[in-house]
Formats: sequence, C-alpha cells, structure tokens
Amino acid sequence: MYFQLAWRNIWRNPRRTFVIISAVVIGVWSMVFLSAFSHGMLASMLDNGKSVLIGDIQIHNKKYRIDPSIDNSMDNPDKIRAVLDKTLPQGAVLTERIKVSTYVSNARHSTGAVLVGIDPENEKKISFLGKSITKGEYLDKKDMRGILVGKALLEKFDTAIGKKLIIMARDKKGKVASKAFRIRGVFNAEMEATEKQFLFITMTGARKLLNMEKGISEISIVLNSEPMVEKTAAEIKNRLDTELFAVETWKDLLPMLKAYVEIFNGFMYIWYVVVFVAMGFGIVNTSLMAVFERVREFGLLRALGLKPWPVIRSVLTESIFILLIGIIAGNLLGYVSVLLMKDNGLDLAMFGKGSEFFGMSRVIYPILTMFDVMNVNLVIFFLGAVVSLYPAFRASRITPVEAMRQ
Amino acid sequence: MSTDMKMAFRNIWRSPVRTILTLSAIAFAAIILVFMVSFQLGSYEIMVNSSVKIYTGHIRIQAEGYREKRNMRFVISSPERIAKTVEKIEEIKSYSFRANGFSLVSSENRARGVLVTGIDPEGEAEISTISGLIRKGEYLAPGDRDKVLIGRLLARNLKVGINDELTILGQGKDGSIAAGIVTVKGIFSSGIDDFDRSTVQVPLSYFNDLFYMDGAVHEIVCTADSLFDVNKIKRLLKANLSEKKQKKVVVLDWKELLPGLVQGIQLDLASAAIFYFILVLVVAFSILNTFLMAILERTKEFGVMLALGVKPNRLFKLVLMESSFLTLTGVITGVVVGCAITFWFQTHGIDLAGASEILKEYGMSGIVYPKLSIVSALAGPLLVFVITICAALYPAFKVKKLVPVDAIRSI
Repeated sequence: MYFQLAWRNIWRNPRRTFVIISAVVIGVWSMVFLSAFSHGMLASMLDNGKSVLIGDIQIHNKKYRIDPSIDNSMDNPDKIRAVLDKTLPQGAVLTERIKVSTYVSNARHSTGAVLVGIDPENEKKISFLGKSITKGEYLDKKDMRGILVGKALLEKFDTAIGKKLIIMARDKKGKVASKAFRIRGVFNAEMEATEKQFLFITMTGARKLLNMEKGISEISIVLNSEPMVEKTAAEIKNRLDTELFAVETWKDLLPMLKAYVEIFNGFMYIWYVVVFVAMGFGIVNTSLMAVFERVREFGLLRALGLKPWPVIRSVLTESIFILLIGIIAGNLLGYVSVLLMKDNGLDLAMFGKGSEFFGMSRVIYPILTMFDVMNVNLVIFFLGAVVSLYPAFRASRITPVEAMRQ
Repeated sequence: MSTDMKMAFRNIWRSPVRTILTLSAIAFAAIILVFMVSFQLGSYEIMVNSSVKIYTGHIRIQAEGYREKRNMRFVISSPERIAKTVEKIEEIKSYSFRANGFSLVSSENRARGVLVTGIDPEGEAEISTISGLIRKGEYLAPGDRDKVLIGRLLARNLKVGINDELTILGQGKDGSIAAGIVTVKGIFSSGIDDFDRSTVQVPLSYFNDLFYMDGAVHEIVCTADSLFDVNKIKRLLKANLSEKKQKKVVVLDWKELLPGLVQGIQLDLASAAIFYFILVLVVAFSILNTFLMAILERTKEFGVMLALGVKPNRLFKLVLMESSFLTLTGVITGVVVGCAITFWFQTHGIDLAGASEILKEYGMSGIVYPKLSIVSALAGPLLVFVITICAALYPAFKVKKLVPVDAIRSI
C-alpha cells in the first residue's frame, strides 16, 4: 500500500513531479554522456597506442628494453614459438619483428628512423599497418628490397613510390651496413609522428641487411579479450625462462598510458560527484518545496496519529520513485545521444595536431560500457536517496499545530 | 531602495532554506570553475615555459621553408647581418645561433640516428636551461672543438659515459659525407624523455667545419622576458628584416614552433569546456526548477497582485530582480571563495605524485600550481551568470502571461 500511496502522491501534481524528474534526467544524461565521451577518448588513445607496434603482450630479450639494440635480439625463437603454441588462447594472433634504429637518406635528405622487419602476413592482422597502405602496395613475403614509408616521411624526403632510400645501420657483427631499398608503398597513420618514425621491410630483407640468421627483436601478441591479457602473460612467464626473456603487457610497455587511464578514471569519479552535488541542490530544493506545499496534509496525518517514521518512509518512497523514473529516462536519453554520435563521432579535426599530442584519433566515438552506466546509476541513486532524507525528515517534523497555522 | 527592490529582497528571504540552497548551487559551480580553470591555465604556463626555456626559445629566425622540410641547404648565409637587427630590439633578452643536421651517431657498439645541433656555448647558455641541467661532466666551454653534450637517455642507449668517443656520420650542406669523431663532455637530463633520447649538441664552430656550412646557420633563436613581449618582438623583427630585403627569412614564434603543444592546450581546453558546459547546464536546470517551483507556489499571490492592478511588466521585472539578485550573490560568493581556495593552492601547490610520470613528459614536476588570473577568476563564473539568468527568464515570462482570475483560483 505504501508504494501505491507514494505513486499516487507523485502524480497529484504532475507539473511539480516533472520538474524534479527533469533535474534527475539532465544529471543522469550528463553523466552517462560524459562517461561515454571520456571512455571513447581513452579507448582511442589505447587503440592508437597499442596498434603502433605494441599489441597486448610482447616478448623481448630481457636486455632489450633498456638497450634496444640488435645485440639484444632473441637468437633462437623456436623455443618461444613452441611455448606460445601451447599457451595462447583461441583467437590470439602473433607476429614477429626485427627492430633497429637506422639512419635513412636519399640524395637530398636524411633522418633517423626505426626500421622494422616484418612478417607481412601476420603483421597485417595485428597492427595498424595492414589497413593503412594508401598508395602503392603492401610488402610481399619474398620481397628483399621493398620498403614501406610513412606519408609524412615521403613528403619530407620529396620522394615517390618506385624511388630508392638508403638505409644505414649497425649489423649483428658490429659493422655499419648500408643498402638501398625501393619504396613499394606508402602508409598513413593516425599520428604523423608514426609516419615519420617507422619504415617497414620484410623479415628476410632485414636479416640480410643486418647479417642475422634467425633472430628476432620482438614477438607481439594480440588477444581478443582484454581480461585475458594479464592471465595469458602470467602463463607465458611461467613457461619461459624469465632470466632471458621479458614478457610484458601493454600496461608495462605504455606506462604513461596506463597512468593516464588511471588518473582519468579517478578524475571521472570526482567529476561525477561534482555534477551530482550541482544536481543534488536542485533535488533537495524542489522536494523540500513539495514537502512545504503539503504542510497541511502532513499535519493532518500526524494529528490522525501517524508516527514520524511512516512519514519519512512515504516521502522517501516518493523520492525514490522520482529518482527511478529520472534515472530510466536519463539513461535512455544518454543512450540515444551516444547512438546519434555512433556513426559520425565527435570530430576534433580543428584540434588535429592537438589530439595527436595526446595520442588520440581525430574523431572520438563515444563508448557506452555497462560498467560505467552501472557506476553512474548507483552513484545517482544512492546519493539521491541520501539527499532526499533531509526533506523527508523535515516532513516528519511538521506538527499538527504548525499545519493549522497555514 | 525602490519599493520593487525592497519587495524582491523580502520575497527572497521568505524561504531562507531554499534561498541558501539555490545560492550554494550557484556558488558551488562558480567555485569549481574558478579552481579548475586556474589549475588548467597554471599547468599550461608551466608546460609552455619549460618547453620554451629548455630548448625552443620564444622566437626563431629561419630560412623560408626550413621548418617544414628540415633541408640542410635552407640556411641563413650571413647570420651576423641579421644579428645586428636583432641586437637593436630592446625586448629581446638574448639570442644565439644554431645549426642542425641529422646524423648517425655511433659509439663503440651502438648506433642511433639523431639530430646533431651546433650551438654557440656562450650564447646558448643565455637562451636555454640545458647548461644548468648537466648531470655528469661539464657544459661546453667557448674554445671547445670536438666535444659534445648528449641527453641522459641517449647516453644510456649508446652505452657511453664522459670522455667516451662517438662517431658522427651525416650529410653536409653540399651533399657530401660529413664524418667526425667527438668525445662526450657532458650528459644532461631535461626531464623531457623525448628530448633526452634524441639530442646531441656540438660547438657551432666544429659543426660548421664538419658539415661544410661556410659560416651559415639554420636558425637564430631569441628569448624574451615574458610571453607577452613575443608578439611585439615578432612584429619589430618582421618590419626590420623586410626593410633590409632579407627576403628568404621567416620569423616564427613559439606557437608556430610548438604547434602540437599549442593545439594540445586548445584540445584540453575544448574537452574541458564540454565538461564545464555540462556542469553549468546541470546547475542551470537545478536553478530553473527552483525558480519555476517558487513561481508556481506563488501563482495565487501573483493573481491577487494582478487583480489589484499591478502591470504584468512590473511583475516580470520583480521576478527577474529576485532571480538576478540570487544569481549575482551566488556568483560573487563563488568568485570570492573560489579565489581564496585557488590562492591557497597557488602558494602551497598540489601534489600529484601519482601523475608525475605523465607530467614529466610535459616538463613538469610532481607538484602543480594553479594560477589565478583575471581570466581564470571570471570566465567560469561569467558563464554561470549568463546561463542562470537565461534559466530565470522562462519562469519570469510565465508570470507575465498569467490571467488574474485563473491565477487566484489555482492552489
């Protein structure tokens, strides 16, 4: 009966109820939307960070991270391959790379860059490279002299597809090796820095240049679910000699990004509270007014012998109904606005270089996650119920005498 | 005080709890905005200053096209002539010449492709803080020849220490091979990883011979006393340099030199603006609701007033006066309290130990100081004021449209 009473009470003055509900709706909507927006921002940072040759898990020679040189490659990868065959879950893909810092030049220009020897087939499945060739063609596995160049580097060097670049690097034996490669294709990356930083050749081409037999610099693994990352990494660590090899997840490889994600999540919680406080003032104010409008009614109830607690309960039940309606409507509105932006995203093109500075894409697609939505709703529901206590207590303290004076 | 004002004032205090709640909501939004904007502007200033002072400088004079292409041949062939013009401008605190060439730098068993920069040790010490950031060894002395300074991370990657030898292999201005052997004299740590990983500095005279520069340089880097002088210096330089028909020279300020930083700041401001706007929107809704309820509650009263001959316009004014008074008081309280809180943090700093990894990348230490300014103190509250007043208009218009008889009959 309490619920029925509360429900009818709410609709005695629909206009007032709508006013309060609208305050809750706008609050819920803003939080849902902001969480989706910031989640989209973070996700695009993560995707960009990971797709630039990181992946979910990487395996290196233990010494490689402090000293990324060709001396610290993994010279006998067969053993690792065998371990990975047994350990990796379904749907995981991996690729092997040789990475070396080089000096690139043509007749007029020169710069430093990272030369990456790839397995074209597997690389395509894992990193940004497969989707990014805009001109020319991708590398063929047997191609010994072909090279893929970023668009920015191509422009900087005033060169074109079919022309040559000279690569100079220290080889496995410690000598400076130098060789000409022919530009086969041009890739476009989300970030200009990536286009300038990396050059791609085939694994066999890299081995020939660097005088290597079968060594590799790194193995990069992409899993199909984020929660599996830590677990799989731990399993690989168990089966590999950790004195020789370092198994790291993207969180170890991109500590900046990990810290940023954590700080950002912390900030979002603070911001939820800030928005809630702003909204809370409105909720308290309007429900308080609703109570004062009904002073006579509460006075009468008390005069009929109702104890303060049932009054608190009934006012609180009303507030909770209103909160629930507001939360549902707010979620729907939030969902719709995220849906509206799903195709086109929020274009940050005017800040193109700026978003790059933060490692984000130029267009942000809001992402709604159950976890965020649950958080937002719990925050609003509990805090909303807490602040509604004040008007409820105020109502319970109305005495028949006070009511008669009205 | 006119009768209307008196009435408005008394009306406001008819329900003190409501008034105080409304005031707090407005003040709260204003406080948050003052603090957040000050915090952002403060960190931007630190970011800009550290970038500018470590290496970039406030203004650079370069050959046209050099910045885009980084071509060795785009040089300033007679830097002394331009230096004379530069010296005439009082606002320029100091200036120095630089030349750059990409090279393969190798140690005994490591090699890296990096930017080798020729610097004039005396002049450079005036415009860049690197001389004070030497962690091992010493800074370059004026007479030094084949000595280099390298960044901490590059030293680690190349596995070299003080007095170790490095080979520089690059391309000279005329396209020929430039090769030389140098020894490490100092290792610096700027705190910006990217910079510490990719910088080698040699004396300009040595660079000149190594890369066959013929006395030419790539840029003249100038610094000013404050960011505010930069525009004036740029204007003066442009005017003076074009007089002398130095056609192929361009003057770039720090905003053009650090487009990523500037746009990063703009992006951060833009996404913050979305957050702020939504906060203000939520507050405005709270306020709108409160105003609306206050009006609904008093429908009968307004009906009586209208029946007694009060013009709808006067009622409209009265209601608007009440809400502006509330808004104004709230905003002013917010500005005062917000400034006080911000000022406290400005002197004490905010310890963001957890974020130091990120801050380091932008050249900041773990402690951030918000910076109070007219803009940061007033921009946010102004937004709150404008939006809240707009929110108050709707209920006021509603009052204007009341019909006396219906209004008196309503509960």
